Amino acid sequence: MNENAQAVFNRPQLFGEAVTHYCPGCAHGIIHRMVAEVLEELGIEGRTVGIAPVGCAVLIYNYIQTDFIEALHGRAPAFATGLKRVSPDLIVFTYQGDGDLASIGTNEIIHAANRGEKFTTIFVNNAIYGMTGGQMAPTTMPGQITATSPHGRNVKECGYPIRIAELLSSLRTPAYIERVAVYNPQNIVRAKRAIRKAFQYQIEGRCFSLVEVLSTCPTNWGMTPQESLKWQETTMLPYYPLGCFKTPEGEVKE
Amino acid sequence: MSRILMKGNEAIAEAAIRAGAVYYFAYPITPQSEVGEYMSRRLPEVGGVFVQAESEVAVGNMLMGAVASGKRAFTSSSSPGISLMQEAISTMAAARLPVVLINIMRGGPGIGGILPSQADYFQSTKGGGHGDYRVLVLAPSTLQESVDLTMLAFHLADKYCNPTMVVADGMIGQMMEPVQFPEDYKEEPLPPKDWATTGCRGRAPRIIKSLFLDPAMLETNNVMLAEKYKLMKQNEVRFEAYKINPQNRILLVAYGTMARICQTVIDELAEENISIGLLRPITLFPFPGKEIFAEAVKPNIKAVLTVEMSMGQMVEDVEAAVQGRKPVEFYGRTGGIVPTPEEVRDYILKILAKKTPAVKSWKG
Repeated sequence: MNENAQAVFNRPQLFGEAVTHYCPGCAHGIIHRMVAEVLEELGIEGRTVGIAPVGCAVLIYNYIQTDFIEALHGRAPAFATGLKRVSPDLIVFTYQGDGDLASIGTNEIIHAANRGEKFTTIFVNNAIYGMTGGQMAPTTMPGQITATSPHGRNVKECGYPIRIAELLSSLRTPAYIERVAVYNPQNIVRAKRAIRKAFQYQIEGRCFSLVEVLSTCPTNWGMTPQESLKWQETTMLPYYPLGCFKTPEGEVKE
Repeated sequence: MSRILMKGNEAIAEAAIRAGAVYYFAYPITPQSEVGEYMSRRLPEVGGVFVQAESEVAVGNMLMGAVASGKRAFTSSSSPGISLMQEAISTMAAARLPVVLINIMRGGPGIGGILPSQADYFQSTKGGGHGDYRVLVLAPSTLQESVDLTMLAFHLADKYCNPTMVVADGMIGQMMEPVQFPEDYKEEPLPPKDWATTGCRGRAPRIIKSLFLDPAMLETNNVMLAEKYKLMKQNEVRFEAYKINPQNRILLVAYGTMARICQTVIDELAEENISIGLLRPITLFPFPGKEIFAEAVKPNIKAVLTVEMSMGQMVEDVEAAVQGRKPVEFYGRTGGIVPTPEEVRDYILKILAKKTPAVKSWKG
């Protein structure tokens, strides 16, 4: 190797050697990596404890080499509350999917956010239950075909998808809420910036922070990886607008 | 040591603090709400944390996060609230997390009532949640014992890395008695908490988990847990014998408030030269079955009578312990009604009047 060569791109050291268990085209890998990079860049990996969800991302601890606790379905915000309250010097984050956070765990996320618990939530919304085999989630798009909505989500019976970022933004306490997407490099850069900001606020002890990341599930959407990126952009984005909904400074930007 | 007159719920709360448990998560429910009220005042004074959770479901999970850090944390609730925590209790048992839960039992099933009951015996000793697991269950019968067993519960939870419950009926939670707290509380040495998630700087990452997708690994975990439960059975059985002697004609088995009522009955009948003994389980799991068997088979014992504030729960363990060697009788009231000494006395006299009691199989 040339002595003058400079490494400009490496895998984060925090990433272990495990071979991914995620399906081709799934964005969990990208999102895991962004979290790992941010923890490393901020130098907080040694005092971070992650709370793994129930769902595909339960095995997040195989990839990100920090302490982890496996939460029960939907309860990661309660775990994080307990841990952060008794160990305020730790950096605590939950990593949750939409079945986990937006369905079975709505109570826990709303109240943790409303109490202003000082941890960070990475909320991965791919509009479907992944691990259980592609059933309808509260975030499933109108008309979207899933294993339990074989004729498409009927909004007359099931209502419209829940917009978690907007819902939590209606609360007065929670202070940093942003929605990002990962369907192209430009958005991935923005997403990482948001994740970094969320952890930065936690380091400063300022607020509860949540980043909703629109993601993909090619396997359960019945699409190729390329098609799923396109579908995220054309179908999910118009319903789930990207942007920052709340900051601790009180400014709301679009 | 000075004695203080306290309400049961408050005595239990203070006992937990004295045992170093200054992290408390709970949701209000009658008849134990005074524990939370006391903690909300007291914990800020001792540098602790009080969180009123959004539900008992959240409580169970907050506890898991809290004890994962290696610190002592606990909750208190009453029957329906404990039901809501069962998934978390099962998971803490699987993940070997030391946690203490106080159940001030009220009448069930369902929403039931708010008056005293012992109807959560099955729930606390037979699992309550899903999967193969056990929790240590301590059952005080006085306020002083509530203090002592609450403090012991934290020690046992840490010793075995296992959820530990203190179950007391609502009578114990609500009544007042003088109690004293140890001035210089010391515990036996405990294993280091080398599993706690405290941030992995300078060491390998730690994972606290209960998911085992590989069936062989899950079975291994269950076998390891079962070995721990066997150790508890060997080492932690606690009971009190009250006036057990060779003149006893009936062996009573009762715990908590019911044991105190049985003691009153025993004292009264002694004045009429009717000798009755009481074996009071202090640990409901592990259960003092061998000790009950040893007393029950003695030739002077005509029958074993279990008295509970339930429709008959512990009696199944007593029947299993006695192995059909003597008739096992049951008397209980439920719905929040506490059997009176007169009722228990009448039932004892009825058993003694029976001519040739048939020996029932343990299946009844």
